[in-house]
Amino acid sequence: MAAQTTHLSLTVPEPSVRPGDMPDFSGMQVPEAGSVRRPPVDERPENMRDLAFTIVRVLDDTGDATGPWTPDLSVAELQAGLRHMMKLRVYDARMLIAQRQGKTSFYMQHLGEEAISCAFRGALLPGDMNFPTYRQAGLLIASGYPMVSMMCQVYSNDGDSARGRQLPVFYSSKEHGFFSISGNLATQYIQAVGWAMASAISGDTQIAAAWIGDGSTAESDFHAALVFASTYKAPVVLNIVNNQWAISTFQGIARGDAQTLAARGLGFNIPSLRVDGNDYLAVRAAADWAAERARRNLGPTLVEYVTYRSGGHSTSDDPSAYRPRDEGSAWPLGDPVMRLKTHLVRLGAWSEERHVQAEAEFLEEVIAAQKEAEAIGTLHTGRRPSVRDIFEDVYAVMPPHLRRQRQQAGV
Amino acid sequence: MPRMTMIEAIRSAMDVMMERDKTVVVFGQDVGYFGGVFRCTQGLQAKYGKARCFDAPISELGIVGAGIGMAAYGLKPCLEIQFADYMYPAFDQIVSEAARLRYRSAGEFTCPIVVRMPTGGGIFGAQTHSQSPEALFTHVSGLKVVVPSNPHDAKGLLIAAIEDPDPVIFLEPKRLYNGPFDGHHDRPVTPWSKHELGEVADGHYTAPLGKAVVRRSGGAVTILTYGTMVHVAQAAAEETGVDAEVIDLRTLLPLDLDAIMESVKKTGRCVVVHEATLTSGFGAELAALVQQHCFYHLEAPVARVAGWDTPYPHAQEWDYFPGPARVGQALLETMGA
Ligand SMILES: Cc1ncc(C[n+]2csc(CCOP(=O)(O)OP(=O)(O)O)c2C)c(N)n1
Repeated sequence: MAAQTTHLSLTVPEPSVRPGDMPDFSGMQVPEAGSVRRPPVDERPENMRDLAFTIVRVLDDTGDATGPWTPDLSVAELQAGLRHMMKLRVYDARMLIAQRQGKTSFYMQHLGEEAISCAFRGALLPGDMNFPTYRQAGLLIASGYPMVSMMCQVYSNDGDSARGRQLPVFYSSKEHGFFSISGNLATQYIQAVGWAMASAISGDTQIAAAWIGDGSTAESDFHAALVFASTYKAPVVLNIVNNQWAISTFQGIARGDAQTLAARGLGFNIPSLRVDGNDYLAVRAAADWAAERARRNLGPTLVEYVTYRSGGHSTSDDPSAYRPRDEGSAWPLGDPVMRLKTHLVRLGAWSEERHVQAEAEFLEEVIAAQKEAEAIGTLHTGRRPSVRDIFEDVYAVMPPHLRRQRQQAGV
Repeated sequence: MPRMTMIEAIRSAMDVMMERDKTVVVFGQDVGYFGGVFRCTQGLQAKYGKARCFDAPISELGIVGAGIGMAAYGLKPCLEIQFADYMYPAFDQIVSEAARLRYRSAGEFTCPIVVRMPTGGGIFGAQTHSQSPEALFTHVSGLKVVVPSNPHDAKGLLIAAIEDPDPVIFLEPKRLYNGPFDGHHDRPVTPWSKHELGEVADGHYTAPLGKAVVRRSGGAVTILTYGTMVHVAQAAAEETGVDAEVIDLRTLLPLDLDAIMESVKKTGRCVVVHEATLTSGFGAELAALVQQHCFYHLEAPVARVAGWDTPYPHAQEWDYFPGPARVGQALLETMGA
């Protein structure tokens, strides 16, 4: 019998809406806060596969914390969390303006994703190491890294610890458990696994946290990281920030909507959670759970944070060219700052007045830091890293050919 | 002094360093229990345990990427890529990450890894077991690139590479693993046990990175070469009777420019020899440097003998490999010029 043939056609996934259309998240399943079970950390991976197909949520629509994932956080810790997120938001806004004013070449903001890095930081201990992308500056803010240092990096001035060599927002701080950011997407994901393996090889107690965006999960490094993490049971938390977009590309191009990104872990028998990324408490609870698994030598955990990139991809991007302008406000998981604020207000630990006052305080604090940083310089003015810095740190000891080139450069 | 093959010398280097330094770890495909497809890591897992020497999944980017993370933590990973021909999946990790980590973090994070990879042809390895990709690495600032030509150097250079604070690409000419090879594929191979450079001390010693060695002194022409071609060049000099000085560069990056200049200024002639393809090969860099630094001493154009600008073929191995006849012809032409 002749085989049945058909003229083939290529499938190219499209988002359901484009500019001019009504935002549509009707297909997104959002479980009730508190409805997802919390297994013990040493549960066998095969018994918790369901957690990759739901969304762990703690804060409900009224701002109450509910269910088994509610983390044991003091009011002071919750207030600190809110402050970190607010500070990051103000910082972003100021740096965005600074870029528009020509004080630097480039900036990337976190708008809508503040809860993820700010809350995750709380689950780490001194000595643990993050391998972040360019969209986790909350890790620095929540760890008390000086904002002036962040700005000096953005301005590439003489106060930049990386000597003006990196694109703005590519911070690095070993002391604050923040691995040097690279422009090459996903490379750090497997490096985090290696770092965690090294800790295990050394019989240490430190753990690593890997970070990646939804779009970058399509890179081979993502796959390699999962294989290695699973093979060697590395003490690493494999974080995926699914903000629905990779520049102009919706997550369906990386097949984020084929099952879930969390489900990618299941093929490697890695316990995998899917978490409300705009819920500070849920993020922290998931981070605590995953970090504990790592510390108890139970191996890696994969966590997908479901969130939305409310801002442009970067200062070089205009999202209205590829998605509805008001899509962010239709996002079903709301705004992370507002949600934690409402929770604190319900606890009687925050108020509208305090919020307005805090906003003003942070603006003042950020402006003060900005003045301090700009007193050193911006990209084009003031004290800049020296020309000699071009040639340093390529190697531990400068080889003869670089010495010759430095002389040629006249420095 | 004991005699070792290049394989044994390389294994001995790792053994010495694993013994001396608890932070040295060795891993790659098949390197653990089995001891490597070329036996370079044989016995290391049994001696140092699975946490120090272990098998990796077949993912070159995974091996190098994980190694970079380990190095950032404070270990000294000595990684193996089974064949240099298979380093391409790891190229991004090597070029974008390992090479730049110190620079981009201003020394906050460093990457003292060694990436070992068997390289070169002459073994009927065809397209994917014969390549010489050194020029792809020498074009990358932040890397060091080493190619030994004998067991004594292989051990000393590998120990130096492991101790070096920067990432080192360590290319091992697999045609030299068991004995020197001068390109006369129709003659029986002599084992390293019959060669003076097969003498390898048991313990710790280093050969400095960035230093070339004169393998054969001569006054008429300088041959700049490395790896397998060191032996081919020596044979070509003997067979043509040309009084050539053969310089074994050993380290391509950083390069020993002083040794090159000293020899070429003396001889006034220069032939560059490598297995890798000609166009944009490392020989182009060598020729340019010689031209720039020895211009007024040159009595002939700098010649280059290299692999043809084609993928490495199987059946035509000996028409492709730049053997002593081709090198000899270049010597004679350079002398006649
Ligand atoms: C290897 C590599 N390819 C392409 C780019 C260009 N690029 C920069 S960011 C980006 C999108 C990343 O999207 P995602 O991983 O979803 O993270 P997000 O920006 O949404 O946080 C691209 C394609 C790059 N930096 N590196």
